Amino acid sequence: MANSEKKTKKNNIRKRENSNYNGYGFMAPYALVFIIFILVPVIVAAILSFTNFNAIQWPSFVGFLNYITLITSDEVFMQHVLPNTVVYAVVVGIGGYMLSFVLAWALCNLTKPFRTVFALILYSPSMTAGVAMTVLWKVIFSGDQTGLLNSWLMSIGIINEPIIWLVSEKYLLTIVIVIGLWSSMGIGFLSMIAGILNSDEELYEAAAIDGIKNRFQEMIYITIPQMKPQMLFAAVMAVVNAFQNGLISTQLTGNPSPGYAAQLIVNHIEDYGFLRYEMGYAATVSVVLLLIVQIFSKGANALLTEKD
Amino acid sequence: MAYKGKRMNPQHFEIGQLKIIAIMLPLVIMMAIPIVFIANHAFKPMDELFAFPPTFFVRNATFENFTKLIKFSRTSGVPLSRYVFNSVIVTVLTVGLSLLFTTFAAFALSKLKFKGRDMMMTINQFALMFVPTAVLIPRYLVICKFGLIDSIWAHILPLLAYPVALFLVKQFVEQVPDALIEAAYIDGATDLTVYFKIIIPMIKPAIATAAILVFQQVWVNVETSNYYVNDDSMKTLTFYMNSLVNANNTVSGQGMAAAASLILFLPNLILFIVLQNNVMNTMAHSGIK
Repeated sequence: MANSEKKTKKNNIRKRENSNYNGYGFMAPYALVFIIFILVPVIVAAILSFTNFNAIQWPSFVGFLNYITLITSDEVFMQHVLPNTVVYAVVVGIGGYMLSFVLAWALCNLTKPFRTVFALILYSPSMTAGVAMTVLWKVIFSGDQTGLLNSWLMSIGIINEPIIWLVSEKYLLTIVIVIGLWSSMGIGFLSMIAGILNSDEELYEAAAIDGIKNRFQEMIYITIPQMKPQMLFAAVMAVVNAFQNGLISTQLTGNPSPGYAAQLIVNHIEDYGFLRYEMGYAATVSVVLLLIVQIFSKGANALLTEKD
Repeated sequence: MAYKGKRMNPQHFEIGQLKIIAIMLPLVIMMAIPIVFIANHAFKPMDELFAFPPTFFVRNATFENFTKLIKFSRTSGVPLSRYVFNSVIVTVLTVGLSLLFTTFAAFALSKLKFKGRDMMMTINQFALMFVPTAVLIPRYLVICKFGLIDSIWAHILPLLAYPVALFLVKQFVEQVPDALIEAAYIDGATDLTVYFKIIIPMIKPAIATAAILVFQQVWVNVETSNYYVNDDSMKTLTFYMNSLVNANNTVSGQGMAAAASLILFLPNLILFIVLQNNVMNTMAHSGIK
């Protein structure tokens, strides 16, 4: 009796070490929704990208035609969407990433009450992502003297005439970038704060004895190497954030934006998918977007893990 | 004088910190301006909305814009309470189910051993880079196929799997000591008991964080209402607020729109303030190794 009980216990442990079928049970619900609403749609997008599909008739296979069109004859994509996306991604992605590291580092040099309040204020704009803040930007960037920005600039004498911000092709992308940067201190930023706070404090004193001379060296040689995992997580979040945001320009000016001045790749997908119902072509752009994000994340990965 | 090395996270206030505060303060204020502005704008009475030169702060605060918001919905066929009801149901179900699925999966991925586990972890790592907008159309097709158009599940199901939340919770579950779990097994616990009695109580910060993240996804989501639901009475509060904002571009509509934005934004902020200690605790384990 006692013996058999012992045996089942042993079995239990072995089962856990090799192949515990309960694992599949625990995975199943998540895996199911993941497969149906993420994996399958990605595969469907990949398949649709090789077809001509107008959402009514059954898709017809066209081979690489969509990809060829995208590269060779989609002038809007090549002349506006791609350059805009690159500029936006560089400034909001890389710039926002560096800014959030510097801010996280600065916050970690403050005592907890200051840090908490500042972090909350810096983080809260990222919570507005998706909230219709249209009215806010419309009031601030309104094109006549009643616009807040115009009113301020005129009262301090920088400009004499109100600038029509949201119709002007000259300013539109800049405005979208500024708003993007404003809301870029998201969960990657919080991750970096936590990473810096968790670094081993003894190391800082040891490093000082070993000849570290200033805060900058300390940041490069002690802080960053210790928080590489968080840096990488934040980098992935920054890349995704840099490429998935299309809402700002749609809210400001509608889709497409005037002269395609602030058209980003996500807007291009919506333009073709939901305004022109060229679903096959929209799927092609989607696949390109997913590939770009993967490539950039891989790049960040290589950059951050190589130095070990 | 030799450099002594500076510790992060100082316990006491020192003069040296003033420098950092002085540099950061203008930036922090700039970041706060839009949100402070919208909070003020929402309470402005009509004459202040029309004021020239435009004012930043509200002088005679009023709830006029909020009451207008409610009255407006009475004239539009579907009562506001219906949208609120939809939003609450959708949000509660999405957050609840998502947390259940995510913690189950996180437990399996970090504490149970089975074939294919490593592959699933790799797939989820890839999925961190997933951009939902890219698959709006295929998702629509999937939802059509399942006959979910116009049902409440069209709002919920697409948002249940959130790779970032799974990743963070999984990292946190890994911190639960194996010895503790071993001991429970030796006392005869099943996997389910371990999950409920050990894992769940020990990963509360991660659950709180995942709750916030999923909440942020679902609460402001308009895509499901826009694309997967045609029946107006099945759409969410966020959709209503958005359509209101877009339909009222006049100055008089501005106050109402500001009030709507504030109503959508505040729950996010409050939830984060309440749970922020948990979030920071979870983020400490957020690194990708």
